[in-house]
Formats: sequence, structure tokens, C-alpha cells
Amino acid sequence: MATQQTRVAGRLLVAPSVILLFLWMIVPLAMTLYFSTLRYSLLDSDNVSFVFLQNYGYFLSDPNFFSALVNTLVLVGSVLVISVVGGILVALLMDQPIFGQSFVRLMVIAPFFVMPTVSALVWKNLLMNPVSGLFAWIAHSLGLPAIDWFTNWPMLSVILIVSWQWLPFASLILLTALQSFDEEQKEAATLDGAGAIPFFFYLVLPHIARAITVVILIETIFLLSVFAEILVTTAGGPGVATTNIAFLVYKQALLNFDVGGASAGGIVAVVLANIVAIFLMRIVGKNLES
Amino acid sequence: MALKQSMGKRVGMSAAAWLIGFLIFFPILWTFLTSFKSELDAFAIPPKFLFFHWTAENYAEVQSRSNYLLFAYNSIVLSVGANIVGLIIAVPAAWSMAFVPTKRTKDVLMWMLSTKMMPGVGVLVPIYLLFRDFHLLDNRLGIGFVLLMMNLPILIWMLYTYFKEIPVDILEAARMDGASLMNEIVYVLTPMAIPGIASTMLLAVILSWNEAFWTLNLTTSNAAPLTAFIASYSAPEGLFWAKLSAASTLAIAPILILGWFSQKQLVRGLTFGAVK
Amino acid sequence: MGSIELKSVRKSFGAVDVINGVNLTIPDGAFTVFVGPSGCGKSTLLRLIAGLEDTSSGQILIDGKDATNIGPAQRGLAMVFQSYALYPHMSVRGNIAFALKMAKQPVDVIDQKVKRAAGILNLTDYLDRKPRQLSGGQRQRVAIGRAIVREPKAFLFDEPLSNLDAALRVQMRLEIGDLHHSLKTTMIYVTHDQVEAMTMADQIVVLDRGAVAQVGSPLELYNKPNGLFVARFIGSPTMNIVTGPSADKRGAATIGIRPEHLQLSKTSGEWSARVRIAEHLGSDTFVYVEGEGVGPMTVRAEGEAELKPGERVFLTPIEDRLHKFDKDGKRIGA
Repeated sequence: MATQQTRVAGRLLVAPSVILLFLWMIVPLAMTLYFSTLRYSLLDSDNVSFVFLQNYGYFLSDPNFFSALVNTLVLVGSVLVISVVGGILVALLMDQPIFGQSFVRLMVIAPFFVMPTVSALVWKNLLMNPVSGLFAWIAHSLGLPAIDWFTNWPMLSVILIVSWQWLPFASLILLTALQSFDEEQKEAATLDGAGAIPFFFYLVLPHIARAITVVILIETIFLLSVFAEILVTTAGGPGVATTNIAFLVYKQALLNFDVGGASAGGIVAVVLANIVAIFLMRIVGKNLES
Repeated sequence: MALKQSMGKRVGMSAAAWLIGFLIFFPILWTFLTSFKSELDAFAIPPKFLFFHWTAENYAEVQSRSNYLLFAYNSIVLSVGANIVGLIIAVPAAWSMAFVPTKRTKDVLMWMLSTKMMPGVGVLVPIYLLFRDFHLLDNRLGIGFVLLMMNLPILIWMLYTYFKEIPVDILEAARMDGASLMNEIVYVLTPMAIPGIASTMLLAVILSWNEAFWTLNLTTSNAAPLTAFIASYSAPEGLFWAKLSAASTLAIAPILILGWFSQKQLVRGLTFGAVK
Repeated sequence: MGSIELKSVRKSFGAVDVINGVNLTIPDGAFTVFVGPSGCGKSTLLRLIAGLEDTSSGQILIDGKDATNIGPAQRGLAMVFQSYALYPHMSVRGNIAFALKMAKQPVDVIDQKVKRAAGILNLTDYLDRKPRQLSGGQRQRVAIGRAIVREPKAFLFDEPLSNLDAALRVQMRLEIGDLHHSLKTTMIYVTHDQVEAMTMADQIVVLDRGAVAQVGSPLELYNKPNGLFVARFIGSPTMNIVTGPSADKRGAATIGIRPEHLQLSKTSGEWSARVRIAEHLGSDTFVYVEGEGVGPMTVRAEGEAELKPGERVFLTPIEDRLHKFDKDGKRIGA
């Protein structure tokens, strides 16, 4: 729908972005793929040899990999459940005609803007410290023993922190979806005598189903690569209790200096992320059509 | 439903919403309060909520102890700078995709989105080695480039969805009026899309400011932004809660305020236009 | 100065031919209307003339010079868009002045030209307003003002009145007509509304599926449509079309008769019919009938004909106002 001249200009203007992103994606990825077939340690970088798929063998058969995979899934799954279910509840509550709705909204969305290192450290120290943390004081006040969160419940602690960061995101997006729910439809349902529970399951839930899917997929992308929260709280420990795949690859690369092994792990992470990505792209792609 | 709701129910709902909101917000508030305590008050059991000796000395000390301003400067320069460069590349690209789409435009957009989905660890090793060899580790240019590439797909996507809402007639009118392509983008498209461009920029700044994978892995001191600075408090010897709180407050306050202003656009940006 | 000539102009989007070989001459100073049903290619043809689209083949001459490959701004044409396409962030003054600024004209010249255009269009009091503060009619005038200041060789209008309400549409129709009389500039006007075409045009170009069906003055098209398509498209209510024995006996595959050329009688006539409904407009009455063997027809009766639904009537065409068409839908005879 334009002249040849504008079409050519269009191609030229889109080119820098495409080229930059292409290089950004393909060069490192190709290098990762290449490195993953090498025995290559930064401590012994003169001694590099081709080992084909051996790194994958080591990485995948490493018990740490299996536990990292489980940890990743547990972390992603728990945070998803907490933030989506919590998000629906918070959004439903905020969608009511409450006083000062916009102020409540500001409070609810706030944690999303907090940088991961800050939220992790604030939770770890100010709130979860077993001696002087606020949670310990609350436990004592209720006559309960204080919980040593990061020693006894390391994974749960990380899940709580990350959930706190993502609950606002889910709430905000689901609230936006709820607010587009047709007021007349609500009134019609009330006139039809629909109770609150059937009303939610038959009308509200289908209406926000798409938003929920988007929340799940986008969160999954980010949650698969949670890193900073683990680095500053547990450093993957105790043992490997909170080491997810992202953190395992980081350890392999920058702490063990094993380029080959880390690269193989990186490729595994890419494959995992791509499985999720394919679903996300389908959804967003459908949105492009409409 | 709204009409029939009784006042009592409304008050009850409001109270519940305020309570939930307060609980969610509480860790931030607590950090803010703690930042004005002495280190002793910060550790006090039972905790002191409001009645403590308020002091601002933590803020002074954060700067003198750790050169806070350098990290803050890096955060600002990196998140603003990278995204200004990003906008300069993204605006023409989004113009092209929105107004001169080809058969492949949708595929290109989807592909750009897919680059966002590549986990950092997948390319950590080569990026680290390349940066090491090109002396880009702990270098503003280096980390700035990474942040630019992280946000470029989001910038293009958001701008694209905003530009799509501008009628192409107006750009054609400008063409008829003798505007060159450059003039068309600068005098007609950009002013019309200012609200969209501003919220795009805002979201991108927020994301860059809080980016904590690459900044932690590729910077140490000279080019390190606040994410890395705060991470240095994770060392056991750095456990001064009041100072940690002061530093944290400083690190999150600007972006929290920006975020509050842009929350509506945020939904659209973060869902790539799938939820508006 | 502004004659436009199209020579075998073709345009295809991919495999779809939108314009297939249009030859057309638009004389200098004429008010030409492109009319046709939606999808006939009239807007595309206008955009080809404007230079907003490339031709796939063929030539476009403006003032005898080949303009096929030059950009829209260099063709010296101005366009008024259906949506007005005003720059929402600029004042009325800024909108009207934009083209002059792009042409790097001196500030005082721009100012003078803007004032003159605003004077012609009654916009002087609104120069500092933004488009969103204007009514539909005023926006329309700004769009025209933006075109006027450029002193173009020709004005191109793309369905400019379709966003206005009926009353305003009549008024703007008159204003555009007046403008044409005072400026005497070539104007090309695209519409799907044949009433607009009939009332405004010096020359009407009827388009059908990307090709010119007929070119002529409004009355030529009304009196001598060259085929069934034009016959049906021009005139309101639509021409009655009859096939079968009545057509055969007149040596045609199809005959057409306009509602005003049917004589209505309660006693005798060529076709017997039953009244479905009679619309009394005061000056005229439109009678919709179901003819026996000839299907539904419309009759325009003078005055206040007293007819009831279900009543039997007889219709007779005025023989010399009959249009005859062959089996390909082409006109037979002069």
C-alpha cells in the first residue's frame, strides 16, 4: 500500500534493528553451540580439544543438573501458582467499587518496580532473619518458634521473594483484563440470578482466560532465568538446594571456568526456554491477527 | 451490581483491599522506615515502627562508604542512554513495520520477540569471553550495548502497537504536502506519538534499571549500576541493615515513582500489546 | 493549468488486478467525479494520480508531462482525505501552513497565504485552535484550506463528505461547488454516492471492477447509459430492469425503464402489478409494486396518488424512454 520509494525506505529503516538483533542472537548462540562441543577450561585455555557431545553427556548426567532442573521447575511452578491465583484474588478485590482504588493500586504494583537485588536482600535480612527479622518477631509474638528460613526452607524462601515480585504483575494485568469486562453483561448476569461463584466461573474466568495465559507465559520466560535473587540470598545453597539451571550454568562458567560444560548447559537452557517461547509466540501472534 | 452494593459491603471490601495493598507494599515501607534508623534500632526486637530516633546519617554514610553516586550515575547513564540510542534505532523501524508492512513484517516482529526469550545463560559464556577480549567488561559502552539489545525488541514492539493506531492518511497527507521521509517522521509521526513514545521509554528505563543478570555478570565497579552495588551488601560483613535500607531506598525510589506514573502503559508493554 | 491524462494505467496488488488498463482524459478546469460501488478501484485510481501508489504499468501525464515516476509532492496536486487527515498536534494555522513550510517559503508569504485561505473558508477565527476543537464541517474546511494554499494544479477529493451528517453534506457539496467556480482549478472527486456525482460533476467517470464503464456528463449517463451496469448505478430510485417476453418483443435481451418513465393506470396497461407500498414524499409518490411476470418494480407517480397495498395497477413504459440492452448487457441503438 505504498510506492516503491517508501517500500525501499521501509526496508532500509528496519534494517539496522534486524541486523543488530540478528548478530546479537546468532553470533553468541553459534559460539555457545561451538564451545559446547569443546573441552575448554579458562584455567587451561591452551589445551582445547573437540569432544563432540561429551559435555552434554556430563552436564545431563550430572546429578546437580537433575536437581537444578527440578529446582527450576519447582520455582517456576510455585511462583506461577502463587502469583496467578493470588493475582486473580487481588484483582477481583480491586475491581470492586472500593474507596481509594487508585491508591491501593499504587501499593499493589510497587514491588514490581523494585530491583531484584534489593527485594532479595530486604527479604533475606529485614524480614526473614531468624533473630532480628520481622517474621521472627511475629512468630515469637504468637508464641511460635522463629523459622530459620534460608537454612531450613531455602527454596520456599526464594519462592516467596520471587512471588512477591511477580504477584503485582499478575494482579495489574488481570485487573486490566477484568476492567474491560462489560458492565451490562454483569448486570444481565445479576438479573439472571447468577450467584457469585457461578458468575466467576462461567463469565469472569473465560473473559480473563487470555490475560491469564499471557501472564503465565511471560512470567515463565522470566522465571526460567531467575538469577540475582539466588545469587544474593543463597548463592545456590545450601548445597545445591536453590541452584536452578541459570545459576548452575553461571557457576560452571564463571566459578568453575568450564567453558565447554557451561555452554552445553546454556544450550539446554535455550532449548527449555524455546519450548515455552513457542507457546507464547502463538498467543501473541494471534493477537497480531485481530 | 455496583448500584445495588450496600455501603456496608463497600466499606468491608475497601478495608480488605487496603489491608492486602498494605501487606504487599509493606516490605518497601519497612525498608524506607529502616533507612532512617540507627543500626541499633534497625535490629531492635520488638521492632520499632515509627517511634525511634529518626536520622538521615545512613544516607550520608552510604555515599561516603561506597561511592554511591558513581553507581547511581551509572544506572542513570546506562538506562537512559541505552534507551535513547534504542529509540533512535527503533522509531524508524517501527514506522516501517506499521506503515509499510511487507508480507514478512509479522514474522520479523515475532522473531524479534523470540530474541527476548533467549535466556541469558545461553549466551553468557561467549558474551563474557568476547567482552573480555574486547575490554568491554566493566565498561559502560559494553553493558550499555547489552541493555540496548535487551530492550530493542520491546521498544520496537511497543512503538509498533502505538504507531498502528495512527491513521496512515495523516502521513500520506504529509507526503502530499511535500514532507520528506525524515520530515514525515520528525514533524508528523513523532509529535503525534509522543505519549506512546514516552511510555515506551519509561518502561524501557524501568527494565534497564532493574536488569540484574548482565549487570551482575559483566560489571564490577567502574560501570556497575545500582543492582550490582546493592548486591555487594549480600556479603556478611556488609550487613548493616539501616545502610542497606538507605541504599535500597535510593536505588528503588526513582524507578518506583516513574513506574507509578506509567503503570497503565506498563500492562500493554509487558504483554506486547496482548492485554490493553 | 491542470489537465491529467491516464494511458493504459494498471495496478495490481500481488495477483489481484485492482485497475486494469484505464485510459482517461481529465480536461483542465473540469470537475470530474469518479463513481462506482465499493471495491471498483476508484480510490486506488485517485491514489495513483496522487502518487501515493505506483502504477504497475501505464503512464500518468500531468499537463502533458510524464509524472508516472515522480513523488507525490512533486506532482503539484493536493488531496483532501476522507478522514481529513489533519495533523492533530498542529493548530489550524499549522495545518494549513505545513506544505508551505515544507516548501521552505518565507514566513511572511506563508502568513499571507494562510490568511487568504482562511478568509475564503471562514476559518479566520479558528486559526489557533487544534483540529479536535473543531466541528466536522470546520475540519473539512481546514482540509480544503490545506489544499488551497498550495495552489495545486488539481485538487483530489477522496470521499470527503462521507463522515458528515446529511444536512452538512448538502452544504459542503455546495461549498465545494462554489470553490470550483471561483478557483476554476481541475478537481477530481471520488464518491460512491451517485447523487453527489450527478449534482457536482462536469464529467462523471463510472468505474466497474477496475475499468472505466462509461465517461460522460451527468445527463449523458442518465439518458444514454452504455450498458446495464451504468444504467443501474446512475439514477435514484434504480432503473427497473425487465427480461423475458416484454424484452424479446422489443428485440432486446433486457430492457430498462426508469421509475419516472412508467405510466401508472388503474384500468389498463402493458404490465399488471400489485401495490406493495406507496411512499408519499409530497411532491412525488414512489410506488413499489410486484409485477406479474416482470418482478418487483418501482414507479414514480406525480403528486399524491391514492394507492393501497394489495391494489391492482397497470404499468406502461414510455416507449421512447426505454433503454434496450443486448445479452452482454450493452446498449442497443443510440
